[in-house]
Amino acid sequence: MIVKRNKLNFWERLYLPAIFGGLKVTLRHFFGKKITMQYPEEKWTVPDGYRGAPYLVKDPEGRTKCVSCQLCEFICPPKAIRIIPPGPEGSPEAGNVEKAPKEFEINMLRCIFCGYCQEVCPEEAIFLMKDYSLTGLTREEMIYDKEKLLELGGVHNDQIKKWKNKAREAEEQGVKP
Amino acid sequence: MLAFINHLSSTQQFILFSFVKIVLVILPLLGMVAYAVLVERKISAFIQDRVGPNRVGLPLFNIGSRLGLGQPLADGIKFILKEDYTPDHVRKGYFWLAPAIAMVPALLTIAVIPFGSTLGGKEKMVIADLNVGILYTFGIVSLGVYGIVLAGYAANSKYPFLGGIRSSAQMISYEIAMGMSVVPLFLLVGNLNLSQVISYQADHIWSWLIFKQPLSFIIFLIAAFAETNRLPFDLPESETELVGGYHTEYSSMKFGMFFMGEYANMIASAAMMVTLFLGGWTLPFAGLDQPATDVLHGLLHIAIFLGKMMVLMLFFIWVRWMWPRFRYDQLMDLGWRRFIPLALLNIVITAAVLYLRR
Repeated sequence: MIVKRNKLNFWERLYLPAIFGGLKVTLRHFFGKKITMQYPEEKWTVPDGYRGAPYLVKDPEGRTKCVSCQLCEFICPPKAIRIIPPGPEGSPEAGNVEKAPKEFEINMLRCIFCGYCQEVCPEEAIFLMKDYSLTGLTREEMIYDKEKLLELGGVHNDQIKKWKNKAREAEEQGVKP
Repeated sequence: MLAFINHLSSTQQFILFSFVKIVLVILPLLGMVAYAVLVERKISAFIQDRVGPNRVGLPLFNIGSRLGLGQPLADGIKFILKEDYTPDHVRKGYFWLAPAIAMVPALLTIAVIPFGSTLGGKEKMVIADLNVGILYTFGIVSLGVYGIVLAGYAANSKYPFLGGIRSSAQMISYEIAMGMSVVPLFLLVGNLNLSQVISYQADHIWSWLIFKQPLSFIIFLIAAFAETNRLPFDLPESETELVGGYHTEYSSMKFGMFFMGEYANMIASAAMMVTLFLGGWTLPFAGLDQPATDVLHGLLHIAIFLGKMMVLMLFFIWVRWMWPRFRYDQLMDLGWRRFIPLALLNIVITAAVLYLRR
């Protein structure tokens, strides 16, 4: 394609219209609305579906939802998750039902916030939350352990209520522990 | 105190007053340089729909942190504390000399500018009331190019070298246009002394030389942009093509000297334009056109001068954030084939008119 270059007329060749046009534009912006967000003081609203830091959640009755299946540990591309299952003895307070993890660590320095852990989790126990600004002074500090992850994750108000259903089923079958 | 001053001989008084004036001019000038940088940052931010520096207030009470009033101080401390690195490949002597040579001419030009009428009745508010004021200025301004050329040469690497070459060509060509643009003024005034130029413009607003010689003013203004290496003529630096131009290899306070030199140049040329075209410290009403007899009016005159200067400075800064950089050949074309003939024509016409009106 050939772009036709029109010859400038005398008025245009003086550059003055362009100069005043430029002054007008910059002046308009000078008095215009500023779009800067004063970041640490005001923060943007994180949209739904945002993939922030992965945290563990509890169910409405305050139980750890994670059952140490280690699927997230397995799927995690940067190997940021480390889980120690409770082993054969199990956890006494959970009864003989499911095994909550003995230790659950996410190294936030390695995490790439891909969301595979949330996707793979059969228990809906891990979610990518809206936190995007994780800071710490040491590398050790950035390895979040189970207590910290559960505290940050809070309660997940799910509708499935797996444990309640399990208890109801057990009651109906008369095998309640 | 007064008795002590009266006791001194006139030479001693002259030296004392000159010294006091030098101190009282140079220190505020450096302060203005620092705050010109802040104003530039703020205005650039506003023009780009940002808010600019708004965290650092003045020390102790954090006053004016919304305006970033402490920012120049923080910048200064940063410049001083950064590592002053001298690369291995530079020519050391010139490398150390160049920043000083870039800074000093800018400060020296201020010496002949009458920044006020009088204080205390007889002491003229100009450091050196030279009869050849404008010649002195042009002599000093032409020294400014050495700092940049030397920096480009001393750095011994390609980008600073290109920046140095560009700046020498640019500054030399625009100096001609600038020098010729002011000739008609002195044809009109009949005197090279800048105080006389001001008193010529004092009585009426239409006797300001900007209205009598608008073409001169436009040429001088644009040449001043080129001389101070401001956009749209910042080819010696041109970050996008030459990294940092002539000061690529400089760091810390040595870079700071170039940076401050640029702004000091800007202030000096604004002061020059106020003196030559905008009537200096005079205002054509309320008796402000005559040299002051009391201290209050003397200070008012200085304030008027600074006010006019600030308007020009704001224009300088405003323009920077508006135009893209000229191409090198366009710059040369503008200087040699437009402004020099125009300035010559202006001289001839003014001379002819003056001759016919004689």
